[in-house]
Amino acid sequence: MSEIALDPAPFVHREDDGIASLTVLVDGIHCAGCVQRIERTLAGVPGVVTARGNLSTRRFRLRWRDDQASAADLIARIAALGYGATPFVERADGDSAATNRRLLRALAVSGFAAANVMLLSVAVWSGAVSDMDEVTRGLFHWISALIVLPAAAYSVRPFAGPALRQLSRGQVGMDLPITVAVVLTLGLSIAETYRGGPHVYFDAAIMLLFFLLIGRTLDHQARARAGRLAENLLVLRGMEATVIDADGRQRAVAVSALAPGMRVLVAAGGRIAADGSVESGRSDVDTSLVTGESVPVAVAPGAEVLAGTLNLTAPIVVTVRAAGEDTVLAEIARLIDTAGQGRGAYVRLADRMARIYAPMVHIAALATFLLWWGWLGAEWQAALIVAVSVLIITCPCALGLAVPVVQVVANGRLLAEGVIVKSADGLERLAEVDTVIFDKTGTLTTGALVLRDADGISPDDLAFAAMLAGASRHPICRALHAAAGHPAAAGGVREHPGDGLSLALGEGEARLGRHAWAVGGEGAAAQGPELWLSRPGHAPVAFRFDDSLRRDAAETVQALRRMGLAVELLSGDREETVARAARDSGIDVWRSGARPADKLAHLSRLAGEGRKVLMVGDGLNDAPALAAAHASISPAAAADVSQAAADLVFQGAALGPVAHGIAVARRARALARGNFALAFAYNVFAVPVAMAGLVTPLIAAAAMSASSVLVTANALRLGLGRKAK
Amino acid sequence: MNALVFLIPAALLLGLLGLGAFLWTLRRNQYDDLDGAAGRILSDDEPPEKS
Repeated sequence: MSEIALDPAPFVHREDDGIASLTVLVDGIHCAGCVQRIERTLAGVPGVVTARGNLSTRRFRLRWRDDQASAADLIARIAALGYGATPFVERADGDSAATNRRLLRALAVSGFAAANVMLLSVAVWSGAVSDMDEVTRGLFHWISALIVLPAAAYSVRPFAGPALRQLSRGQVGMDLPITVAVVLTLGLSIAETYRGGPHVYFDAAIMLLFFLLIGRTLDHQARARAGRLAENLLVLRGMEATVIDADGRQRAVAVSALAPGMRVLVAAGGRIAADGSVESGRSDVDTSLVTGESVPVAVAPGAEVLAGTLNLTAPIVVTVRAAGEDTVLAEIARLIDTAGQGRGAYVRLADRMARIYAPMVHIAALATFLLWWGWLGAEWQAALIVAVSVLIITCPCALGLAVPVVQVVANGRLLAEGVIVKSADGLERLAEVDTVIFDKTGTLTTGALVLRDADGISPDDLAFAAMLAGASRHPICRALHAAAGHPAAAGGVREHPGDGLSLALGEGEARLGRHAWAVGGEGAAAQGPELWLSRPGHAPVAFRFDDSLRRDAAETVQALRRMGLAVELLSGDREETVARAARDSGIDVWRSGARPADKLAHLSRLAGEGRKVLMVGDGLNDAPALAAAHASISPAAAADVSQAAADLVFQGAALGPVAHGIAVARRARALARGNFALAFAYNVFAVPVAMAGLVTPLIAAAAMSASSVLVTANALRLGLGRKAK
Repeated sequence: MNALVFLIPAALLLGLLGLGAFLWTLRRNQYDDLDGAAGRILSDDEPPEKS
């Protein structure tokens, strides 16, 4: 992140009555105590109206009187407590919040109705074996109807709405069998209550809704939480740029407000916010996120720079280029769009099961009706009762409850290890992969450089070069400095952006930098990142660097192989570097120099062979491939676009979460399938009983609760596995 | 049997009270920060709420 403090001014929202408000994301809070400390400190500042933190989202909402306090001061106070505060504009996730509320309200209403109707039902059931007369039973049924009908009409909406939409598109999901079961059950129960008969299933219908709503709510909340966390990761990058106005004044502007023609100042160490050309200044730019190239590129006035690249050595002024269809970002966005379309056709496991399950259940119910009415010669009302009892007993709990619970437990377990599951079906697709393709720079490697062949360099040269390198922020210099054990930097070192460092000595000038500048003449082409040291009276010395692999890269590749996955390396970097990374991490199949379109072509070729590919990548150049792959994972340090395209995001320096994510996904799939098997086994016993007309409301209610508890308990086994480990 | 005339409405009323309370807490955003709310109860002196 840049070292210039973010100016919160562009993020402040001003209300009419002189109150200003701002949302900040606070990094580093772990408990309610941290939240309290910040809240108390801010509440003590004159002019502050509200300072309220949310521990779940790490976000603080600040409101203050504009004339008495300032945003910059408040943020400085948070920083003084030792926390990082980043202002941002909260994206309107009103849609998700509204859905959450709707689900919770429906859950509360159905829970209330289910509890009260169960009180009445227990009385009816015990009355059946004691002395309750038909009038009292009828009264209880009418009261049940009074409670359940409005409650069910309200709480069936989260299912009925999607079911109607799916039906109008000619699809069948799991919402349809749920809605049909509830509507038919209620209709039959009303008729039966009116006739004064015993087959009244109000309790079963509302209980079904209650259980299914629990699953639906858990599922939604887990997804919303993952979405917020993923958004937080992006916010922490900082989302503003320093614009230089025509009169030379500098002001901070949110990145989204940048317009073509603006002049943007990019400090050394800052990320370039928009595509453009360098107007003044010379520097080196790290383009690894965009091109996968690990060696920084030297830029001078007139050079083109891309959004998302990192300015390294000196401040530069960039003129924002007209945003058009020909910018690199737009091109990549187009590729992502087309690449992601294939994925829309993926059908979730529960829906696939529903496609088989729903027709089977409905046919069984219809067959029961025809059997009783036509063949056994029962009255049509009696036949209908038996048919509906088949529908009730085959309650789709495994579809509506078990899969969401498995997903929630799996997501929670991954989250504890720093893996965020972003897309709804990401985990299911992850379980199916048979090939893993890694990008190199920033994914298989850390993106940090280490000195190669340090033994071949004399300690004296290394110590001297490191003394110079200590004065620079350039990543190669830092790597050199680190390799020598962080010696004190020499005084009087001058930095020449794009060239290197120089130090005036008594006998002449010592230079550390690129070959042409430090040594002079045309040397051999650089094979990866390198520095040359020249000093008067000494032969020039070369320092060569490697992008170091993540600590557990080789281990993870092996683990993936053991899981039966093919592993490939696909990089935009040069052949020699890619070959070395492949050798060190133990990957046999690799390709270098791949552009975004090449990566995409490679993926579609594999898909054509029937392989299901997991793409692991971080760069902008990987983003189309991430969107096109069967499943995708990107590290938290990845480009914004790539994170948006990926299904999962992992945090931390280790690569292990990739293998671990696949393991958890497979386990989750096994449990979900186990739940379907349980549901099937249960139906094998229950359906014949129902078709024989032996089901009573008591049996229906008991069977429904038992099956729901069973599949939920089975799903929770995924969480228990962690404790055993 | 006459007791039912009181008891059923009483049970329903209590249930409705609970439902109403839940909907009220929902409207007051009490479920937005479950982690934070769990810890907040442990700290004794709340910062002054002026809003």
